[in-house]
Amino acid sequence: MEETTYTPANFKSDQSVRWCPGCGDHAILNSLHKAMATLGVPPHMTAVISGIGCSSRLPYYMNTYGFHTIHGRAAAIATGFKVANPEMTVWQISGDGDGLAIGGNHFIHAVRRNIDINMLLFNNKIYGLTKGQYSPTSDRGFVSKSSPYGTTEDPFIPAELVFGARGQFFARSIDVELATTQEVLLAAARHKGASVVEILQNCVIFNNGVHNPITDKEVRADKTIHLVSGEKMLFGKNKEYGIVQDGFGLKAVKVGEDGYTIDDVLVHDAHTKSNFLHQQLAMMDGNELPVAVGVIRDVETPTYNDSVDQQVAEVRAKKGFSTLRDMILAGETWEVK
Amino acid sequence: MLEKTNVKTLDKVVVRFSGDSGDGMQLAGNIFTNISAGVGNQVSTFPDYPAEIRAPQGSLSGVSGFQVSVGSNVHTPGDQCDVLVAMNPAALKQHYKFLKPGGVILLDIDSCKEADLKKALYQTLDPVKELGITAQVVEVPITSMTKAALADSGMDNRAILKCRNIFALGLVCWLFDRPLEAADHMLHNKFAKKPAVYEANAKVLHAGYNYGENIHASVSTYRIDTEDPRPGIYTDINGNTATAWGLIMASEKSGRPLYLGSYPITPATDILHELAKRKDLGVKACQMEDEIAGICSAIGASFAGDLAATSTSGPGLALKSEAIGLAVIAELPLVVIDVQRGGPSTGLPTKTEQTDLMQALYGRNGESPVVVVAAASPTDCFTMAFEASRIAIEHMTPVILLTDAFIGNGSSAWRIPEASDYPEIKVKHVPDALRESWKPYLRDEEDLVRYWAIPGTPDLMHRLGGLEKDAKTSAISTDPVNHEKMVLTRREKVARIANDIPDVQVQGNKEADTLLIGWGGTYGHLCTAAEELNAAGRPIAFAHFRYINPLPKNALDLIRGYKRVIVAELNTGMFADYLQAKLPGVVIRRINKIQGQPFLVKEVVDGVINIMDEK
Repeated sequence: MEETTYTPANFKSDQSVRWCPGCGDHAILNSLHKAMATLGVPPHMTAVISGIGCSSRLPYYMNTYGFHTIHGRAAAIATGFKVANPEMTVWQISGDGDGLAIGGNHFIHAVRRNIDINMLLFNNKIYGLTKGQYSPTSDRGFVSKSSPYGTTEDPFIPAELVFGARGQFFARSIDVELATTQEVLLAAARHKGASVVEILQNCVIFNNGVHNPITDKEVRADKTIHLVSGEKMLFGKNKEYGIVQDGFGLKAVKVGEDGYTIDDVLVHDAHTKSNFLHQQLAMMDGNELPVAVGVIRDVETPTYNDSVDQQVAEVRAKKGFSTLRDMILAGETWEVK
Repeated sequence: MLEKTNVKTLDKVVVRFSGDSGDGMQLAGNIFTNISAGVGNQVSTFPDYPAEIRAPQGSLSGVSGFQVSVGSNVHTPGDQCDVLVAMNPAALKQHYKFLKPGGVILLDIDSCKEADLKKALYQTLDPVKELGITAQVVEVPITSMTKAALADSGMDNRAILKCRNIFALGLVCWLFDRPLEAADHMLHNKFAKKPAVYEANAKVLHAGYNYGENIHASVSTYRIDTEDPRPGIYTDINGNTATAWGLIMASEKSGRPLYLGSYPITPATDILHELAKRKDLGVKACQMEDEIAGICSAIGASFAGDLAATSTSGPGLALKSEAIGLAVIAELPLVVIDVQRGGPSTGLPTKTEQTDLMQALYGRNGESPVVVVAAASPTDCFTMAFEASRIAIEHMTPVILLTDAFIGNGSSAWRIPEASDYPEIKVKHVPDALRESWKPYLRDEEDLVRYWAIPGTPDLMHRLGGLEKDAKTSAISTDPVNHEKMVLTRREKVARIANDIPDVQVQGNKEADTLLIGWGGTYGHLCTAAEELNAAGRPIAFAHFRYINPLPKNALDLIRGYKRVIVAELNTGMFADYLQAKLPGVVIRRINKIQGQPFLVKEVVDGVINIMDEK
């Protein structure tokens, strides 16, 4: 822990939190308050901007600048905010419906543009606020009110979209894993550029237990792997399993069996430029391979807002004008006496 | 008060086809002349041959021109042209001086290679820059498009290149809405004995026309010049540039940095182009991924403390409507510019109309009042962009500025204002005395404007949003009575802006029985029509509106004072309907045109006389 001058209470608003009892959002909110306190950016230099949906209520529970906007548009609004006021730390909150359905275009373009905002994607694979329709991350065949016979479409895998949009930061956590969530939120905030954090979140009312196959306490150690850059990719209750390279793909092995030793286990490098392995890791789905949590990719490239500011400074240094009139007078003019 | 303007040159257009003497300029010009005569235009032509029958190709002495004036009241081929078609750099060099201020050059960019430039004695590789041309130059790949159109024809290169003139003709036919069938027919007759040549030319003719349509090529053939100019320094400006500059002036006067979030759309894109250039003044103009992101990023910038704007045309305004509602309920300053074009849907992208008025006033869900203002002329775009920004900031509200394709592309001489010509724009910061008790929806009781707490300010952290808020605590509220109160408050806030805008002025014969009313970009034509009517012994008063919602305070009483009221507008009667709802009992007559074209002065004069002469 580094030294901070803030406590989580400094980031809590006076509004009572209205999510359903047992909703995963409560845990994420707590993690965010704690992460912000650790980060140490003052509340007045922090903005939280959301779209529409259960998760998007979050700004009301923050004692920061906050904006609860319209469905799907949070990333675009946060982009304008950051360009206009680059000194502030900007958090953008969306759910899987808000961010990947109606707001899909803004999501991929914010990532591509590499605007320096922290994009939190609360993924519960359902529309909660409209009472239970399938979302763009619901599995094929998922039965919901709007898919009574099961969906007939394949879902997005958020990480795949992020890499397709040339994202430079992707991390994942699970709502109930407070320590991991704080860790990835801090890393996202410290990363300069668009940082996407997918948080597997449980909707207790409309999709309860959707993530249980990987998040249940009994299986979590075997079904997830916490990636830390510079460390071996080990998982299992006693870290007895490891990820090794297998041809063009990855494979989970038991260390010491079938001829695999600890030396065969890959060491995670979140900062390597190529996203090839990052994508492989992010796509692990809990079947053959454990779902990866932690920071999967964290590579610095020029941000959109810095590039805009830099270009303004360069142009102004070369041929800047102090006023509109000066600029116009430098062009073609004539005088009427 | 609007400047007196003159639009008398609007009913004719002069085109000069200019190229190498072997380029077939005379043929292209002749066909254009004949089809124009065929649609009822008067024509006057001026073939401008070189002395040499065949001077060296591409040389300055080999340039051949054909100038034609078409329209009404055509007595000469015109001194200067509105459109110059330059097939090579030699033609550009020889003939660019014949272009009117505000005219357009169509240049075959494929013929501007190093060797071509050398033949025409250029010193540099940039002919436009070298000649100091400031007019709009549309670079058209005439040669390569002609080749591409005839790639499968089996013709040799030499024969293909002979068709370049007809590609240019097709493009000019697009610009001026000439019927291609007539041109096709003429080519058919001309090449009656060479069917292969006819077919090639017909193909290229259509290719040129389609190219113009595809790139949304348009030219403004009108100039609205200010009469009796005041002393000062002048420049030539079109409406879209004036709009961009008006925003910059408002940024200087308010001390808030300027942000534009936009998406390319005809005919508004030039505003984005201009502001993208103005990084030299610190402007941040972002081309976003779509229209919605354009406005949403502007709303984000506004929340962050910038003077924020978004520029678009009718279809884009439709896409932005939900976000405008967010700015209404969040009570954030925002300027939305709609350069109107023909609709509905994609409609007539390059043509002018005033058909977005109802969309601007009412095109949102819920009770969602916004300020609507409209610019009257190219130069008035500057003033009204400034006004839109001033009202947005000082009253914490979105403002829609309506211009149109006609004034957006149209240009005019403009006196460059002194900074002192425009007032300071005062941001309503949270007063120190209220800092402790401040809530986001706390208002100045007089104008009902909430205070602007700019993010980054210590101790003023707050949350805004699209959900209804409690009038006192600013927390989310679904209380029925509170909602009604907030709806009425937002409405009243906009209504009280009437206290902060100028009265509408009456021009012409104020004592007349008849009042002619217009709004927005039709000002030049209506003003001229009113003058002509008064000169012809048909007394008429004329009132032109630039503030639509709210209306100027004197507007309704003024209108009630006339026996006969006529609203002339380029739609089916939207402003007339809007006024009628506020003026029950007043008979409002209408003159309407929905052809994607500005009024002709004569149409308005005739329309008024018809109404006056009714029994």
